[in-house]
Amino acid sequence: MAEKIFMKGCEAVSESAIRAGCRFFAGYPITPQNEVPEYFARRMPSVKGVFIQGESEVASANMVYGAAASGVRCMTSSSSCGISLKSEAISFMAGARLPVVLANFQRGGPGIGTIQPAQQDYNQATKASGNGGFRMLVLSPSDLQEAVDMTYRAFDLADKYQNPVMLLLDGFTGAMMEPVILPEAKTDEELDAIRATKTYATTGKKGGKQHKVICGPGLDTRVSQEEMNRRDAKMYEGWETDEIDYEEFLIDDAELILTAYGITGRIAKSAVKLLRAEGYKVGLIRPRTIYPFSKVAFDNLDYGKIRGILSAEMAIPEQFSTDVKTAVCGRTKVETALSSGGNILDRGYIIEQAKKLYGDK
Amino acid sequence: MEKSIIVAGFGGQGVMVIGQLFSYTACETTDKYVTFFPSYGAEQRGGTANCYVVISDEPVGAPKVEKVDYLVVLNEPSMQRFKDAVLPGGTLFINSTIVKNVPDRDDINIVHVDAGNIAQELGNPKCMNLVMAGAVIGESEILPADNVLQTAFKKLGAKRPEMNPINEKAFNRGLAIGKAAKKQ
Repeated sequence: MAEKIFMKGCEAVSESAIRAGCRFFAGYPITPQNEVPEYFARRMPSVKGVFIQGESEVASANMVYGAAASGVRCMTSSSSCGISLKSEAISFMAGARLPVVLANFQRGGPGIGTIQPAQQDYNQATKASGNGGFRMLVLSPSDLQEAVDMTYRAFDLADKYQNPVMLLLDGFTGAMMEPVILPEAKTDEELDAIRATKTYATTGKKGGKQHKVICGPGLDTRVSQEEMNRRDAKMYEGWETDEIDYEEFLIDDAELILTAYGITGRIAKSAVKLLRAEGYKVGLIRPRTIYPFSKVAFDNLDYGKIRGILSAEMAIPEQFSTDVKTAVCGRTKVETALSSGGNILDRGYIIEQAKKLYGDK
Repeated sequence: MEKSIIVAGFGGQGVMVIGQLFSYTACETTDKYVTFFPSYGAEQRGGTANCYVVISDEPVGAPKVEKVDYLVVLNEPSMQRFKDAVLPGGTLFINSTIVKNVPDRDDINIVHVDAGNIAQELGNPKCMNLVMAGAVIGESEILPADNVLQTAFKKLGAKRPEMNPINEKAFNRGLAIGKAAKKQ
């Protein structure tokens, strides 16, 4: 087995991306993800990759848009308000159906908010990361091993669907350190083979190759915009059956369900363990894919024995919890444990709220 | 078994080094799970700095907890901020060279370490953090002392091998203070 290495979240994500074959990274500094561009700047030359610090978020996101069109595996990352600046380019990438991996290490908001961790971009990531109603697969890890594995997989998913994929992380996950086992690095031959499958890629017309055009709906004269939208909608629908991924923990006899994603997911899981030790029948649903939403996990619950669901997230007002309520659809009561403004949701507070909702043992 | 630690002081005291030293030791020399979370202001030196370390036999749930088993306080403002963060039965380690206000609690073990003066006496005030690290290991036994020292040689000695002997002396002075302060 590969050796476990003690790494910082930002660096673990970056290294995993490089091992997945990321050979173009453009970004612009913003706390709390500065270690991402820093790591790429240091590491890219050793794999003959390209690192560019753009003159702005807008510029760097558009550089990645261009790089994706050439068929290279590419990535950009930012945090919250920086992602907002990138949203125009993200919408164009989705419109042109190009594979790009995006990482958002969330901080508080709205606006400049705080540099401290938050989960206040859930709605932005899962519902509208730009204009035009496009969707992306959104993955959110709870620990650094999951962050490493999801980053590696995100590149495959981006290529599989020829669409941007977002990793929704937070400033806490970016700054913390934890042991990880890194995946095997893809070889140059493997990366060449992947690139060769991208028949859409604009790699030059030398040798009389076919003329290629990459553009979004509205500019492409070969197919109508509505047809393109319908084609994309069908792909998004397919994700509902093929790409939903969530963790269920101790739910078989559970009378109360805790639900949370990302960093809050791991805190909620440890709250479940502590509540169990006290004799409370509590379980956990932790979505790993947060778009599409793990509605099926809530449909599978036996509402005859459930007293309620406690949804925890670092967002005020709630965002993820609204999707939970929609999925539960009145079958049991859903309450929330929330924090924001850079306050990490305290496990003790989650436990206290869970006990309130649970009532007598 | 899960043990949590907060190390708090100001930027430049080696706060993060203490936390990372324990974390790297746990990761690289034991089968335990470990998380490290740093928290600091924008200043490079002089600002508040603290870090959270959790070492556990199981995967760590909450890397940042409100109450901890061990609190290491390196300056006065950190004492004011974290004095209530020690769990009953836990231990408070104080850099008594500069921290004078000690909480009046009889449900925790309070270990006074004259770390600043010991470091000065050893010839380098910068090794104050190694004295504190030694005291924590001596009292808590959360990690094998020799493993921590070897990790210090490996990580700190990589850039500054000439510091190894003084770091070792500093760590061992702290270790002895920690051992002596152990509650029977």
